[in-house]
Amino acid sequence: MRRLMSVLACFVVLLMITTASFAAETLAKKQELSFNVGTEPETLDPAKSTGVPEAIIELNCFEGLTRMDEKNVPQPAIAESWTVSKDGKTYVFKLRKTKWSNGEPLTAHDFEWSWKRALAPETAAEYATQLWYIKNGQAYNEGELKDASKVGVRAVDDYTLEVVLENPTTYFLQLCNFPTLMPVNRKVVEKNPEGWFQDIKNYIGNGPYKIVKWDHSAVMELVPNENYWRRDEVKLSKLTLYLIDNRQTALSMFETGQLDWFDDPPISEIPRLEKEGSLFRSPYIGTYYYMFNVTKKPVDDVRVRKALTMAIDRQMLIDRVTRGGQEPALAYVPFGLADGKPGADFRTVGGNDYIKENLAVAKKLLADAGYPNGKGFPTLTILYNTSENHKKIAEAIQEMWKKNLGINVQLTNQEWGVYLASRDELNYEVARAGWIGDYMDPMTFLDMWTTTNGNNDTGWSNKTYDNLIFGSFKVADSIARAKMLHQAEDILMNEMPIMPIYFYVNQNVMKPWVKGAVRSPLGFIDFRGAYVLEHK
Amino acid sequence: MGGYVLRRLISVFLVVFVVASGTFVLMHTIPGGPFKKEKALPPAIQRNIEERYKLNDPLWKQYADYLKNLLRGDLGPSFKYLGRSVNDIIRDGFPVSAALGAWAILFALVVGVPAGIISALNQNKWQDNAVMAIAIIGVSVPNFVIATLLMYVFAVKLRWLPVAMWGTPRHVILPMIALAGFPAAFFARLMRSSTLDVLSQDYIRTARAKGLSWYAVVVKHVVKNAILPVVTYLGPLVAGILTGSFVVENIFAIPGLGRYYVTSIYNRDYTTIMGVTIFYSAFLVLVNFLVDITYGWIDPRIKLVKAKE
Amino acid sequence: MEYTADMFKPVEKDIEGAEAIVRPSVTYWQDAWRRLKQNRLAMIGLWVIVIITLIAVFGPVLSPYSYSDQSLFDQNMYVSKEHWLGTDDLGRDLLTRIMYGARISLTVGFLASLINLTVGVVYGGVSGYYGGHIDNIMMRIVEILSGIPLLLYVILLMVVLKPGLQNILIALGLVYWLGMARIVRGQILSLKEQDYVLAARTIGADNSRIIYKHLIPNAMGPIIVTATLNIPQAIFTEAFLSFIGLGVNAPMASWGVLANDALPSFRSYPWQLFFPAIAISITMLAFNFLGDGLRDALDPKQRK
Repeated sequence: MRRLMSVLACFVVLLMITTASFAAETLAKKQELSFNVGTEPETLDPAKSTGVPEAIIELNCFEGLTRMDEKNVPQPAIAESWTVSKDGKTYVFKLRKTKWSNGEPLTAHDFEWSWKRALAPETAAEYATQLWYIKNGQAYNEGELKDASKVGVRAVDDYTLEVVLENPTTYFLQLCNFPTLMPVNRKVVEKNPEGWFQDIKNYIGNGPYKIVKWDHSAVMELVPNENYWRRDEVKLSKLTLYLIDNRQTALSMFETGQLDWFDDPPISEIPRLEKEGSLFRSPYIGTYYYMFNVTKKPVDDVRVRKALTMAIDRQMLIDRVTRGGQEPALAYVPFGLADGKPGADFRTVGGNDYIKENLAVAKKLLADAGYPNGKGFPTLTILYNTSENHKKIAEAIQEMWKKNLGINVQLTNQEWGVYLASRDELNYEVARAGWIGDYMDPMTFLDMWTTTNGNNDTGWSNKTYDNLIFGSFKVADSIARAKMLHQAEDILMNEMPIMPIYFYVNQNVMKPWVKGAVRSPLGFIDFRGAYVLEHK
Repeated sequence: MGGYVLRRLISVFLVVFVVASGTFVLMHTIPGGPFKKEKALPPAIQRNIEERYKLNDPLWKQYADYLKNLLRGDLGPSFKYLGRSVNDIIRDGFPVSAALGAWAILFALVVGVPAGIISALNQNKWQDNAVMAIAIIGVSVPNFVIATLLMYVFAVKLRWLPVAMWGTPRHVILPMIALAGFPAAFFARLMRSSTLDVLSQDYIRTARAKGLSWYAVVVKHVVKNAILPVVTYLGPLVAGILTGSFVVENIFAIPGLGRYYVTSIYNRDYTTIMGVTIFYSAFLVLVNFLVDITYGWIDPRIKLVKAKE
Repeated sequence: MEYTADMFKPVEKDIEGAEAIVRPSVTYWQDAWRRLKQNRLAMIGLWVIVIITLIAVFGPVLSPYSYSDQSLFDQNMYVSKEHWLGTDDLGRDLLTRIMYGARISLTVGFLASLINLTVGVVYGGVSGYYGGHIDNIMMRIVEILSGIPLLLYVILLMVVLKPGLQNILIALGLVYWLGMARIVRGQILSLKEQDYVLAARTIGADNSRIIYKHLIPNAMGPIIVTATLNIPQAIFTEAFLSFIGLGVNAPMASWGVLANDALPSFRSYPWQLFFPAIAISITMLAFNFLGDGLRDALDPKQRK
C-alpha cells in the first residue's frame, strides 16, 4: 500500500508540475522547449506507426475526435459532442468546423476515408487491430470483405460521423485519440501513399503543431499550426524534438542546457538526478515479467513455477538493481486501468497481492514437486534479449534463486531477432518479457494469454480463461465485464505461466521550468498546453 | 597494365556479386524478419504486410527481383523507415560519414606518421618511449570509452565544444579524435617499425655517406620507403571509416551511414542490409584497387603483373 | 731487422681446423632468443605476461569471493580492505571478476595473435609471393570475407551453436586474419623484388624456403606491430560479441565486457571502468614491449 501511495504521489507531483498554472508564474520570453524522442521515427504516417516515439510526434501534429485531458479522460476535440446508443454499439459524433494546417476544411469524410484506408489490406497497417472494433473492420482488413462501404464508419454529412462497433467497447472514446484513428489528408496521401510524409511540406495535419524541419536521425523542429482550432492554447513558439538513441548523450545535452527533457537516464545516474530534482516519475502502463515454457520440464509443474515466483525479493530488485522506483508486481495487470465502476482502478480492486513472497512456502512447493532443497532440480536457463538492464535483472534473479532454493541457474543472452524466434518456437525454459499497454483497459494485458493469441509464447492454454476473455467482449455492462476480467486474472495467477516482476514507471528527466505538458500512462506526451517558466 | 586494370574492374563486380549473394542467403537464414516484433501481429495483418512488401515470394524470385532493380541502381525501399529508399539513406548518411571519416584519417596520418618517424629516429630514447606508450594506451582503450570521456571532459565539464550533433566544424573535433585514436596509434607503430627497417638499409648509409643531411635523407628516402605498410592498412581503414563508425556516430548522435550498417541487421531491414553491404564492399574493393596501384608508384619494383603477362 | 726467408715456415695444412666453427653454431631462432634476452623491456613484457597468466589461472582460486557472489547491500563500493578493487553494481568483488575476466580476454588475445601469425601471415605471404592470378583470387576472397557483415555470421553462429567461448574463437577465426593478410602481402610484394631473393632463387632455394626463410623474417616489423595491435581489437570484439549474446554467459565477464558494463556509470563509479581498462592497458604494454623486442630480435638485418 505504501508503494501504491508513492506511485500516486508521484503521479500527483507530475500533474502539479505539468498542469498547474499559478498566478505568480512568470513565463520565459523565449517559449522554446526541447525533448528527446529517442530514435529516428520509423514513419510519420499515423495509420502505420506502432511505436511511442512516432505516436508522440503524430499526436502533436494531429487531433482525433477526442483528446485526453491530464487525468487521461477523453475530452471532445474535433468531435464537439457525441451520442451513444443504448447497446453501446453506435456512436454518432458531431464534428466542429475545423481546418487542416493548409487551411482547407476538415470534414467527417476525412475521418471515414482515413479509417478505411488504415483498414485496407494494401495499406498493411500493423496496428489496424485498433480499428477491428468497428463493425466489419476485421473482415475488411483480413480481405474477407471486399466492400468498404460495409465497414461501420460513415459520414452522414460533412460534420456528422456515425460509427457502428462490432461489440460494445467501453474504451472506444480513448481509442479515438490513438494515432491509427487520426484523420489524414486524402490529397497528399493519395499522391504518395507510402512516403507522403517524407517531404515535410506534405505533412498536413490538424493538430497543435506542424513540422518545419526534419534532419533524419538528428532533430525535428515543430512550430504552432496557425490553423489549429484552439491555436490560442498553444504557448510554445518552437518545439525541438531530438532523435538521439544514446541516453548518455542525451544526459550530457541535458546537463549543458541543450535539452530540456528526456526519458530513461542511465540507471546509475538516477539517484543523483533525483537528488538534483530533475527526475520526475510518471505512470507507465506496463509489466515486466518472466515467462515459463509450460511444455518444458521442470517448469511444466505449476508448483515449480509458483516456487520460483515466490522466491525472489522484488522490492530489493527495484531498490538495488533497477533503481527506478517501480512498483513490485505481485499481480499481472498494472495500476492505472479502469475497473467497472467509474473512477475505480482495476488493480486496486483486484489487489496487488496474488503473489506472496514467501521462502518457506516456496521451498515446500519445490519439495512437493520432487526437489527437496533443490536436489535433483535440472539446471534452469533464463533467456533474455541483449540489454544492459535485462542482464542485470537476470543476474540478480539467478542469484536469488540459487541462494533461496538451492537450484542451478544459467543465463542465455540472445540478439533480439534470435530471442523472438526462440520464444516463438518455445525454445526456452524461462524468458524475460515485458508488455506495454496499447490502450487504457485491462484487456490490452489479458487477451494476449488466450490459447490462439500470437503473443502467448508460453504454451499455456486454459479453456475457462479463453471463454472469459472472449465472453467479455459481448458484455456491455462494465461492472459485469470487469468481474469477468478479474476472474481471468485469477486463473492466470493461479496457474502462473508468467511471473510478474515489476510495474513500469516512466523516468522523465526534466528541467523544472517545463510546465503544462501532459504525459499519458501510455508514454505519449501532449505538448499542446506546454510552456516554459522564466529561468536563468 | 591496361589488361590488369580491366581484369580488376571485372573482379570488382564479381566480388560485389558474391558478397551480395552471401549476404542475401545469410540474412534470410538467420531468424527474425523486418516485421517481427515483440507484439506479435495477427496472421491476417502479417499476410497483408508480406503481400505489400513481396516477402511471400519464393526467395529466388525475391533475389532475382532485387538484382534486376540493383542493375538499374535502385536499392529498394527500406522496410524499417517507411517511405525512405535505401538510396536516400545512403545519400543522406554517406556524405556525413565520409566527411567525418576523411577528417579522422587525415588527423591520424598527420599525427601518427610523424610520431612514428620521430620515434624511430630516436629509437629507445625518451621521445620514442613516450610516443609508443601513448600509442599503446591509445589502442588499449576502446573508442567508445575515449568518445565518452572526451564528451564528458570537453563538452560537459569545460564546455569548449558541443556535446553532440552535426553541422558546424566545432562538431567535428571530438568525434574525429575519438575515431582517429586507433588508426593514429597504429600508424605510429607501423611507421616506427618500418622506418627502423629502412634506416638499416644500405642506401640510407650511402645517402648519408654522400653527405646528404639527415633531414633530406628522411624526407627523400626514408618516408617514401617506409610508408608502404601504412598505405596497405589505409585500404580497409578508409573503407571502414568512410562508411562510418557505428559506435562513434551513436555516441555523438551523428546522422551518418555507420549506424545503418549495424542497426539494419538488428532490425532485419533486408533491403537496407543489402544496400549498405553492397555499397560498403564496392567501396572496399575500389579502395584496395587504388592501394595496389599506389604500391607501384611508391615502390617501382612492385609489379602486380608478371613480366610475361 | 731483416726478414729472411728462413724465418718463415709454412703452416701445416689443417683442413679440419679451417672448417671448424669457432663460435657455437646458432640457428636463427637461437640467435633471436639470445638477443631477446638482452632486451630489458622485452623481458619485462614477457614477465608481466607470465605473471598475468598466472594470476588468471590461480588468482580466482585464492580469492574469497567468486565471480558471481552478489551482495546487493555492498553494491558500488569503492576500494576497501574487503574489496581491493571495490565492487560492481550488484555488489560483486571487482578484483575477482577481473581475474576471471583475464582468462577469457587472454585466451582471446593469444588466439587472435595465433590466427594472425599463422593464417594471416601464410595467406598474405603466399598471395604476395606468387602474385598474378593467384594473388588476384586470394585477395578477392579476402575482400568477400570482409565485405559480408560480421554481425550476420555471428547471429548465424548464435543460432547454430550453444553459447560459449568457442563461438567467439570461431567468429574471430573467420575474420581476424584478413587485415594481417593484406599487410603481409603488401610487404612481400615489395620484398620479393629484392636482390637477395633473386640470389636465393639462383642457388636453388624453393618457394616455401624463400617465403619462410627470407621474405617473412624481413617483413617481421609490420607483422609484429599488426599482431600486437590487433590484440586489443580482438578483446573489444569479444566484448561486443558477448554483449549481443555470442560468447561466455553472464555473470562470467571478460575485461571488455566489464569495461562495457561500467561505461554508463562512469560518472558515478569511475573505478569500475578504470580497473578493467588498466588491466587491458598493462597487458597491452607488455605485449607491445615483447613484440618490439621480438621484432628487433627477429629482424635479420639487425643480426650481428
